Amino acid sequence: MAAVQGGMSDADIETDIKTEPSTDGFGNNNANDGRVLSASPGSGSSTGSNKQTAAVTPEDQQTLLAVLQFLKKNKLIESVEILRREAGLPENSLDPKATESAGAGSGGAAGIVDLEGGDVSSLLSRVTGSSSAGAQAPTKAVAEDQPDVRVVLSAYSQQGDPTLYEVYYSDLKKFIETVLDCHRAELSQVFYPLFVHMYLELVYNNHESEAKAFFEKFSGDQECYYEEDLRVLSGLTKKEHMRGNETLLDFRTSKFVLRISRDSYQLLKRHLQERQNNQIWNIIQEHLYIDIFDGMPRSKSQIDAMSGSLAGEAKREANKTKVYYGLLKEPEIELPLDDEDEEAENEEGKPKKKKPKKDSMGSKSKKQDPNAPSQNRIPLPELKDSDKLDKIMYMKEATKRIRLGSDNLPSVCFYTFLNAYQGLTAVDFTDDSSLIAGGFADSTVRVWSVTPKKLRKVKSAADLNLIDKESDDVLERIMDEKTASESKIMYGHSGPVYGISFSPDRNYLLSSSEDGTVRLWSLLTFTCLVAYKGHNYPVWDTQFSPYGYYFVSGGHDRVARLWATDHYQPLRIFSGHLADITCTRFHPNSNYVATGSSDRTIRVWDVLSGNCVRIFTGHKGPIHSLAFSPNGKFLASGATDGRVLLWDIGHGLMMGELKGHTDTIYSLRFSRDGEILASGSMDNTVRLWDVMKAFDDLETDDFTAATGHIHLQDNSQELLLGTYTTKSTPVIHLHFTRRNLLLAAGVSQL
Amino acid sequence: EINSHSHLDPCHLNGSHDGILCFSSKCDLDFVCVSTRGYIYRPVCFLMSAMAEERRQKHCSVVLPTESMKAMAESVGVGQLQEDSCVALSEEVSYRIKEIAQDALKFMHHGKRRKLTTSDIDNALKLKNVEPLYGFQSQEFIPFRFASGGGRELHFYEEKEVDLSDIINTPLPRVPLDVSLKAHWLSIEGMQPAIPENPPPATKEQQKVESTEPLKVVKPGQEEEGTIQGKGQGTTTPDGKGQCLGLIRLKPRSTHELSVEQQLYYKEITEACVGSCEAKRAEALQSIATDPGLYQMLPRFSTFISEGVRVNVVQNNLALLIYLMRMVKALMDNPTLYLEKYLHELIPAVVTCIVSKQLCLRPDVDNHWALRDFAARLMAQSCKTFSTTTNNIQSRITKTFTKSWLDDKTQWTTRYGCIAGLAELGPDVIKTLIIPRLAIEGARIKAVMEGPVISNIDKIGAEHVQSLLLKHCASVIAKLRSPPDNVEQYRTEYGYLGPMLCSHVMKARTQAALQAQQVNRTTLTITQPRPTLSVSQSGLSGSSGPRTPSIIKVPSSLTLMSPRPGTPSQPSPPATKYIVMATSAGAASTQQVILVITLSSSQSASPVTSTVPSATSTLQPLVKLEPGSGPGLTASRPLQKYIVVSLPSSASSSLETKSSVLPTSISSSSLDGGMKLERSESPGASTQSPH
Repeated sequence: MAAVQGGMSDADIETDIKTEPSTDGFGNNNANDGRVLSASPGSGSSTGSNKQTAAVTPEDQQTLLAVLQFLKKNKLIESVEILRREAGLPENSLDPKATESAGAGSGGAAGIVDLEGGDVSSLLSRVTGSSSAGAQAPTKAVAEDQPDVRVVLSAYSQQGDPTLYEVYYSDLKKFIETVLDCHRAELSQVFYPLFVHMYLELVYNNHESEAKAFFEKFSGDQECYYEEDLRVLSGLTKKEHMRGNETLLDFRTSKFVLRISRDSYQLLKRHLQERQNNQIWNIIQEHLYIDIFDGMPRSKSQIDAMSGSLAGEAKREANKTKVYYGLLKEPEIELPLDDEDEEAENEEGKPKKKKPKKDSMGSKSKKQDPNAPSQNRIPLPELKDSDKLDKIMYMKEATKRIRLGSDNLPSVCFYTFLNAYQGLTAVDFTDDSSLIAGGFADSTVRVWSVTPKKLRKVKSAADLNLIDKESDDVLERIMDEKTASESKIMYGHSGPVYGISFSPDRNYLLSSSEDGTVRLWSLLTFTCLVAYKGHNYPVWDTQFSPYGYYFVSGGHDRVARLWATDHYQPLRIFSGHLADITCTRFHPNSNYVATGSSDRTIRVWDVLSGNCVRIFTGHKGPIHSLAFSPNGKFLASGATDGRVLLWDIGHGLMMGELKGHTDTIYSLRFSRDGEILASGSMDNTVRLWDVMKAFDDLETDDFTAATGHIHLQDNSQELLLGTYTTKSTPVIHLHFTRRNLLLAAGVSQL
Repeated sequence: EINSHSHLDPCHLNGSHDGILCFSSKCDLDFVCVSTRGYIYRPVCFLMSAMAEERRQKHCSVVLPTESMKAMAESVGVGQLQEDSCVALSEEVSYRIKEIAQDALKFMHHGKRRKLTTSDIDNALKLKNVEPLYGFQSQEFIPFRFASGGGRELHFYEEKEVDLSDIINTPLPRVPLDVSLKAHWLSIEGMQPAIPENPPPATKEQQKVESTEPLKVVKPGQEEEGTIQGKGQGTTTPDGKGQCLGLIRLKPRSTHELSVEQQLYYKEITEACVGSCEAKRAEALQSIATDPGLYQMLPRFSTFISEGVRVNVVQNNLALLIYLMRMVKALMDNPTLYLEKYLHELIPAVVTCIVSKQLCLRPDVDNHWALRDFAARLMAQSCKTFSTTTNNIQSRITKTFTKSWLDDKTQWTTRYGCIAGLAELGPDVIKTLIIPRLAIEGARIKAVMEGPVISNIDKIGAEHVQSLLLKHCASVIAKLRSPPDNVEQYRTEYGYLGPMLCSHVMKARTQAALQAQQVNRTTLTITQPRPTLSVSQSGLSGSSGPRTPSIIKVPSSLTLMSPRPGTPSQPSPPATKYIVMATSAGAASTQQVILVITLSSSQSASPVTSTVPSATSTLQPLVKLEPGSGPGLTASRPLQKYIVVSLPSSASSSLETKSSVLPTSISSSSLDGGMKLERSESPGASTQSPH
């Protein structure tokens, strides 16, 4: 971020990008947006701050004042004006808007979208430490550093008697342990956020030994899935440390969301007021967002299913936005008659099963799916002749597709990368399974042809001049036979390649790397065409849209970007995650993007508006794989905790939990007709799951859909259709061919 | 995720805090810059191991000790760092290193590895905008050396001086192979094919689970069918109605159908194991002992062995029994097999080979004793491996042996087997069960030896029992009794065997004393040409201690059965020479072994012990031998014993060729299973062998 220098905001971008309105409260948003905008290359230097969405609640007053002060100090009169005006607006007029548009936006969130350069840098410095900021950022950034951090952390400055913290906490603990069973599980949720905030307050106010004692006394009580965070926390013992620690600053700046039934909440409130336990009450008021619902308190298992993320559960409103998860209507393509008949029959018989992943199989039904977005909701590229040919091929293949099911399991063909010395970091197959690409730790990108057809480059410009452009086989003639080989290496990145993706038409390949760039490679010339700069930090994943043209990338800078291949700047920036974005996936209708993150949440973003439309919590570790079902209705996610979770996108609900893997799941893939989910993991296994059964089992229950409080059955063993162990090869990629043969890839650890 | 790094051995890191970590802090502790390349890795390692331990205990902050701050400060020329600064520094440094470690883990996860590499740390540093540590590479995992002195302990990074010309002149290493792709079938329609690319079908644990909890089995690949069928019947639904249906699936499905390849394999292996070609047999046994995928054939092997023993005992086919016992041994050696399920077939077969009245056609000539010994050892081994509190194998076996031993009508052969079986179970069993009966047994032996000659067979049997008792009991008695060994005392206590025991015990004592000096001296005794050799301490005749059961593998390059007497051995390690001595029990009348050195037709032999510097002699893994006799040593000799002594190279030049009886230090050897082999191959025995 240091490279971000001087964060200039850019008018162009503003028109283009609708920055996601604040989701997580002031500070975080601040930082994200600052990074976002300043990161865009070649941006102009307009200093104004432009869009601001501010919703003010009393708690934010202090922060707002600090910001105003800061702006004034930097002579940003215009910004001050705007901010003041917005802050002065009556609360209720803004609240609905904020809650609606912001995924996780709390009523009290304030979004300050643009800040002047120095401020951006200073905010950034909280991540990198001043020396890094100093290294590249303008010098003033360093100078501005101190005051800003104070702003961010100011909420902690209130003083309480440090020695009483333990008393407060244990008092609350005692109370919660004695309440009725039905409330206990719910109220226990407050332990963790309270613990963290109290600890941070102690640390912030320089009560080091008390903080340590507090930590040692109560850290053991916390849920085991917070262990990672607790370890980070345990390292943080000084106020100076807080400045650079992203995780905890996020914790501080974003409100921890708890879902508690009204009864339980009243109980807690009464208790705290009776006992005059103001310290805790303040924290609850200030740092926690309690999402109160009417009805039965949730059980421990229900709570456990949904908790685990860095910032608590998603608010219910966050998942209320309508998502058009249906598939787009396929353009009509002339097919040889016999094939078409067969196809049509198929479709009618099983309307559900026509779910193509990338080039969707032609859905001939004239009726528009009510859940589908309108055809031109986002502009999609025109089909070229070659695309049409490919579609015809696809449909032909689809007729030969094996119908999978619990009694008809796919065959698995495993591609082992040999002699890679464990340097294989990413793999992708083309949709027609003819090419494999691998990204390696040595910065190379390699492409193999797995069909007898070798890889050939296009002839040089001089030679191209000589060929007869009118001839029928011109496409064949432009290829240089001399360059035919089974694999090609492409050099260009300067760091390990973590993400790789073929374009649907097989002409391009995307790769994202530690060096902060996403590169677009031509598979005709095997050269790099564009390096998309913007992330500046390692880009963990990238993927092409199923219709080509667009692609999404996400990385360490916690934002996902939507790009179009012909723009060197991103079209959309999706910000809101509290930690690295570890994986990105396009919805089959290309209107949505899902991102998984180290903050243990999954977000679904609307490509059109740039808004976060779904937040899924429940994973207990960083999410490393995502997969949309071919019909677009479901999402599967796999994390380091070895569990696969299934989500209903339309309802925003968790649908199931598949336990069985013992290590990080790096790859997930639905079969072409969506009946089987394959998961590949670091534990050297490929597992097949009967997801239709999982969905059917749950769909019968109406109540859960209404409340969002699902009862997960522990039926992973029944849903597990097969486990296939490799000798010592972690499975890092899976792919179903068009005929439903499962391809897996990994690098041997031997 | 710290547990990903459990390979970081904390032992390596203990004390590393005292190393010369070199950090210089600039910007008022704002950032720690690593000043000496490489040094950051170690603190990272240290902290991570500390964090790993911390995970086990509670969360508490681990910090580098202040002493290391001092050491670092000194190394960059700052003397007299104040305690306060040290504390502040170490906290700051620890915190920053933890941050770096956490970021490095991120890179490891995204690199899809389980091992953290130095490049991950480089990348994490880059993330913090710190210059990575270029060029830090090491062959070793933790390249630090430890030194102590002057009350200080230091860890340092050893950078050897390198002579450039050496590097220039060394031939280039081979170019590493390029990345390539290989495809194989991980599964075909739900079944995992048994091909070399796939792991063996079932691990030992799975086999165990299958045999102990047959209803819970989930085998990879194979079990799919089962569960699917279950599903088809709706048996596995979790609710109540499923449960009653679930009962239908009472009988475990055992999928033991063999594929065509497996059937072929089974046929080949069993034929080779009992066939006439020794080389093939060795290969087959090797395969049984090492192949990981035999699990499905195990029931067949087990039946093959038990049926084979049944038939061949009746037919008195010694050679085949020996082959079958070797198969048992090979099965037991295979680490991937879960044999527990088949003990009910294997143990009776083995016991039969120990105690059967008659195992060969000509009991007076054939060496069925060796088979009994070998089987007894197998029995002891399986007791050790498989005996549990539930199956009580050891006590049941002990009871069986004792019972038939106590029976007066028991034949000498069975008697021998019982005693051998008991003796192999260890000194405790000898002490409690055998020694108290020495007097009675002695009387029985005396009756045969000194009484009227009834049958030669009885006499031979009595002799063997006697030598067996002496052999096993002497070492135990040597430990039980204190030194002054009085012949009369022995006689009163142990009866007929007393005097002999006394001399054996005395030899055992001198031997023990000698061994104390010559710790490393070892002899190899060939048990089988392949795949194993049993190693026993060089011992006194008949009084060697309990056999050490250690097994060493024979390098496959060595041919074991050398046909010509003139070529003693081709030792594989060039610097060492072997002397192979064949000792044969001379006259059949006595068990006192006379060592006859027959090395290379007596052209060279040596009193080995005198020339071997004990300190340097090491165990050499092998040997080949064949008595330099051929037809000369005929079947009239019931026993041939071999001692193989390896000489270290230093002694090789000083071999003296003397033909003499060895001094007492090596006076005999234990006769081992290898003999059986020889027997069966020798002309005398070949008439019975099946080929």
